[in-house]
Amino acid sequence: MFQANIVRHELRRSLKSAWWWALGIASVHLIYLPFFRTFADNAAVLEKSLKQFPKAFLEAFGMGRISMATVLGFYTLIFLLVQILLAIQAARYGVALISREESERTADFLMTKPVSRLAIINSKLAAALTALLATQAVLWLVAFAGWAVFNAGHGYDQGRLALILSSALPFQLFFLSVGLALSQMVRLVRNPTPYALGLGLGMYALSAFNHMAGEIKLEWLTPFQYFDPATLALNGYEAHFLALDLAVVGVALALGYWRYLHRDIPTVT
Amino acid sequence: MNIIETQDLTKYYGQVRGIEGITLSVKEGEIFGFIGPNGAGKTTTIRTLLGLLFPTRGSARIFGKDVVRHGPEIRRDIGYLPSEVFFYEGMKIRDLLHYAAGFYPGDHTQRIQELTAYMELDVNRRVDELSYGNKKKVGIVLGLLHRPKLLFLDEPTLGLDPLMQRRFFDLIQRENRENGVTVFFSSHILSEVQRLCNRVAIIREGHIVEVSDIRALQQNSYKKVTVIAPDLTPDSFQLPGVADLRVEDGSLRFYFKGDINQVLRRLAALQVQDVTIEDPTLEEIFMHYYA
Repeated sequence: MFQANIVRHELRRSLKSAWWWALGIASVHLIYLPFFRTFADNAAVLEKSLKQFPKAFLEAFGMGRISMATVLGFYTLIFLLVQILLAIQAARYGVALISREESERTADFLMTKPVSRLAIINSKLAAALTALLATQAVLWLVAFAGWAVFNAGHGYDQGRLALILSSALPFQLFFLSVGLALSQMVRLVRNPTPYALGLGLGMYALSAFNHMAGEIKLEWLTPFQYFDPATLALNGYEAHFLALDLAVVGVALALGYWRYLHRDIPTVT
Repeated sequence: MNIIETQDLTKYYGQVRGIEGITLSVKEGEIFGFIGPNGAGKTTTIRTLLGLLFPTRGSARIFGKDVVRHGPEIRRDIGYLPSEVFFYEGMKIRDLLHYAAGFYPGDHTQRIQELTAYMELDVNRRVDELSYGNKKKVGIVLGLLHRPKLLFLDEPTLGLDPLMQRRFFDLIQRENRENGVTVFFSSHILSEVQRLCNRVAIIREGHIVEVSDIRALQQNSYKKVTVIAPDLTPDSFQLPGVADLRVEDGSLRFYFKGDINQVLRRLAALQVQDVTIEDPTLEEIFMHYYA
């Protein structure tokens, strides 16, 4: 059940924003990839200097388990920054998906039209997903093109790079769906940005904290751990984390849908 | 045939009453007034009928179909003009109207042209640049572009200048007369309800106080009596049915409901200088329900 004109309308708006997020992701690649040559050429010095840092510090940034002098090792560092952007983007889309109509007071306009709430949320979700996939397409493009230019003569497993990049999809789905569920649990979201930042950065902080405090296990709470770049580079997906991620997505979507289909639309003054 | 039918329609926001036990019916082709002060539950009633709110208790049917279960189907033939209109920022009026029209089957281009011309709207302007009154005009076009069979107007004239108000009323009356559009007209301004409506429901604190033919409401209930005579005291007209009795500068005013002969008999006993017995305005009748 989709409403074609809602999909079109939403796409026009979300692709505009996806473009900026893609630009951000491309910039991260463009800024950091050129440094790889320095890292690779001075591998021995690098390893030595990294040893000076406290182990917890390196862990917090996903370093130490994989050599920064390799393409994939170096990329785990960049991908962590990309993940933060992807998290905030997807969370923002999720939180704003429905709540935007209410905070911008257009909910009455939309919901007095002959369209069911199910068709509204389906259509909006389809548009948001398309925008996320478009962003991810740019990510794939800049990652592969970037490494083609900046690999400094070092070979790497392209399949493994593709695997790391593929994690962006289940990773963003987590934030999209949890953001949606969150937005439907509160009466009115006036501004989605604080929610999106809180969710994205909060999950990152949990992950960083988990690295540092080895005793307390928080890894099952945050997708930054489900899709830890170093682990993906070394061992690929961890089945239980992928399953957990998809389960959270399923539950959050169910919750978001159920609330939206049954709640009152507040009059905003 | 009844276009709208509600049965014990009740809406609570948590513990807070919105409306309670609203039972009313609106017939096909009538302009039905829904009057009451702000906060009485007018908007809650409309939002429940439109499917924006879920009733706590009771039910409502439009075109014979339940509003909760058949919302999208019902809304195909409903037009809605809210008291305050808001649109997507950055959109041109033309694009917004086109977006809205896309929800309804058929081509509405010509109708949109007619309506925007009638309301004197420049469709190339952006919605966020519009004044309050111009936004309202866009709202009017949005409410009518798909030729609805039922029109909900919620405080529709708020922000329209008198000239546009008149034009708007003409438009509504024409839709009603020529196309048989049923109108549910919510307002707290009685003169406009008086001007347009056949029947009115009066809502107060979430309850329907009275549903009445507008003429019956004016004629059959209260008379406004003004008497000028020497030696008047408030006791001169102590009768059952007298309300809001006031003595000012040798004149006596009151509202009376009941057998008017009783008043005439009292008058006959006085040396009257002047007397008027008239229908009160709806405004004045209305005051009584809230006195």
